[in-house]
Amino acid sequence: MQIIQPHYHGIARTAQDYERMAMSGVVAVGEPAFWAGFDRLYPETFIDYFRQISEFEPTRAAQYGIRHFCWVAVNPKEAENPELSRAVLERMPEFFEKPTVLGVGETGLHKSTGSECEIMEAQVELAIRHDQLLLVHTPHLQDKVRGTTRILEILKGMPVDPDKVWIDHVEEHTIRQAKDAGYWVGFTLYPITKCSPQRAVDLLETYGLERTLVNSSADWGPSDPFTLQHCILDFRRRGHSLQEAIEVFHNNPARYLGQNPKFDLKPIRVETIEEDRPGVAGC
Amino acid sequence: MLTAKQVLDEYFLDARCMLLEIAATLDRHDAACRREGADAQAADPRLGKVYQSLGILANPGAGPNRAEQLLNLFSDPVD
Repeated sequence: MQIIQPHYHGIARTAQDYERMAMSGVVAVGEPAFWAGFDRLYPETFIDYFRQISEFEPTRAAQYGIRHFCWVAVNPKEAENPELSRAVLERMPEFFEKPTVLGVGETGLHKSTGSECEIMEAQVELAIRHDQLLLVHTPHLQDKVRGTTRILEILKGMPVDPDKVWIDHVEEHTIRQAKDAGYWVGFTLYPITKCSPQRAVDLLETYGLERTLVNSSADWGPSDPFTLQHCILDFRRRGHSLQEAIEVFHNNPARYLGQNPKFDLKPIRVETIEEDRPGVAGC
Repeated sequence: MLTAKQVLDEYFLDARCMLLEIAATLDRHDAACRREGADAQAADPRLGKVYQSLGILANPGAGPNRAEQLLNLFSDPVD
């Protein structure tokens, strides 16, 4: 089946990932800007990173027939340096003009500090001003509940269109408040520290298939892009139809990301073709 | 050999993950029982084994051989 992987960090992965993803039906990926594993010192380093994901990475993916889209932002960890962050934010609008840039992301919170909140608000304002989609990272592990609550408070106080906001990395204890507020939610499938493929299917069964984006992130840490396919397998093994799987793993990303006209993959439907087969009836 | 702190540094997140999977499995079973009616829950002795094993794990004084106790719990009786 055709799959859209909405959150994937291609710069941290090998070409073999693209090859295997293509062989398993992935037709497009979205690459948010994220933390490189160390704190960068210069705004120019971010600018080169944005060039890498908006200019170079699409060419790597294209070798395997995969469409590559991206997002630009200062991630929550590096938002701890507001001066650096402000300098990067000044340059972000030029990337909104690039043909594969879909919006601002990942912004959000990590430890929910004052600086993080300030830079998240600045990035939400930037997204609103430039009519961009907004991808919001919620914190890890013990920080998730507090950080998600703070994120939703910040968003509630700003004139955002909930349709354009994707609250990512939700789990059982944070999905309800994000969905009730009208946002899109994302399940990130990690081997240990986030959601498992089986728990993601539970969440789909409990909260419905709508406004949900399932992704495997896949970065430089312990992660695996094929947790997404594992989730699809578990979803199908529980008896959900192929069309329902397409709704979740292809059409939902197409609907959400397609709010930016640069993302031109459309929702699809499985149809059986009734063909006349002369000569077979008498066999 | 690891120190006590190193054991938690190394394996706490693994344990957290496995406990979450158990919790989600029990939630999944409860949801299925609600869909199917009350009889489904009473019928299967495997669920009792799961809760018995969780009782062993919930007891800090269960001893140094919790894995062995669980394996015996999940084993057929020896004639």
